Amino acid sequence: MCLAVPAKIIEKDNMMATVDVEGIQRQISLMLLPDAQLGDFILMHAGFAIQKIDEEEANYTAQLLKEVAQDGEG
Amino acid sequence: MVKAEISRKAADFFLKNIDMLIEKPVRFMEVCGTHTVSIFRSGIRQMLPEKVELVSGPGCPVCVTPNDYMDTAIAYAKNENVIIATFGDMLKVPGTSTSLYAVKAAGADVRIVYSPLDALQLAVGEPAKKVIFLAVGFETTAPLTAATIQAAQNQAIENFFVLSAHKWTNEALNALLSDPEIKVDGFLLPGHVCVITGEEPFHFVAEKYKKPAVVAGFEALDILQAVYMLAKQVHAGQAKVENAYKRVVKTQGNPAAQEMMAAVFQKTAANWRGLGKIENSGMAVNENYARYDALRSIPVQKELSKENPACRCGEVLKGNIRPVQCPLFKKICTPEHPAGACMVSVEGTCHAWYKYGQGRYHYGR
Ligand code: SF4
Repeated sequence: MCLAVPAKIIEKDNMMATVDVEGIQRQISLMLLPDAQLGDFILMHAGFAIQKIDEEEANYTAQLLKEVAQDGEG
Repeated sequence: MVKAEISRKAADFFLKNIDMLIEKPVRFMEVCGTHTVSIFRSGIRQMLPEKVELVSGPGCPVCVTPNDYMDTAIAYAKNENVIIATFGDMLKVPGTSTSLYAVKAAGADVRIVYSPLDALQLAVGEPAKKVIFLAVGFETTAPLTAATIQAAQNQAIENFFVLSAHKWTNEALNALLSDPEIKVDGFLLPGHVCVITGEEPFHFVAEKYKKPAVVAGFEALDILQAVYMLAKQVHAGQAKVENAYKRVVKTQGNPAAQEMMAAVFQKTAANWRGLGKIENSGMAVNENYARYDALRSIPVQKELSKENPACRCGEVLKGNIRPVQCPLFKKICTPEHPAGACMVSVEGTCHAWYKYGQGRYHYGR
């Protein structure tokens, strides 16, 4: 039930936003993430944006996995 | 390396190291139904070495909702002036003598919504009816209900109400850990709860109970990485709260969502199916928003609630027994005809065992 999925904000109108989730567009509320900006990647849950996805951290995780994978080879 | 290859190699790395770090058998508990589903779907239980057992805790909001709540919702549904708006999961949850699904089939107006905001829209479109939203879920979902109540107030919508069964997961963990019979060596903390709450509400797990805990994401690799971090702590004899899901879980959580919850709800004692009454673990609508509280605004007569004595959901939720140890499992209790709530929701432990077990894999250990 606490399922939340990543989405990108492609339109913003005050406290509402249109997001793109793997090609499908949805209207969601920004009441719980008032600072969200156009172009942000966010986590959405049942019609609300609940957090920004930190792209730096996401890249860091990807990098970490790469290193770990290489480490496993050696 | 391509992504799939990186994933496979990283998984190998985690598994190899988990095996090296863990010396004697351990049990780690995940406290989120979404983790349960991801763990079963990706087959992580079978990948892990025999000495590492994953058990599912009370992490499925539907499963911990007691008959008492269902009976109240069903009683409201029978009221001609009422429309019940609910997440789809709740429909088949058995109450004491019937379910929402059955009363809907008999003509009650029960609608499935995807978001509490849809329930509010329903109220706008049906001004002659009272729309009651079944507000079920943990800290991930509670702020959404709070925001919707505030939206109802801002838009002066008077026929929208909620029946709150929102709950605090940290209080359930606290109750679980204070039970001397519980044998758990570490916790995978619920990532999407922590998105809202941050890490602080779970510090007691390490500080008071000296158990390691890691905030985990939901991909198979996220979970393996978190188990690896738990294994490192176990190996080093440490107990701290770590975060393996930093891309969305900030140390402080989401302050706007926390404020929203604080503005609308107050802490109250709540009944958890199988765990019983836990002080301060429930969220009741507070005085300022009392008019949106179904219980205070719309009188209702419900039947006397009883739990099904044969269902062992409670022990399953504490990780004390496996679903296959319940005499009803697969014989009487199936996802089509669930006898208990742990079989209803796709996130329920019994449901997961039924769906992914079925003799194809060996989950017996
Ligand atoms: S199998 Fe069914 S009856 Fe048994 S514990 Fe699970 S939900 Fe309850």
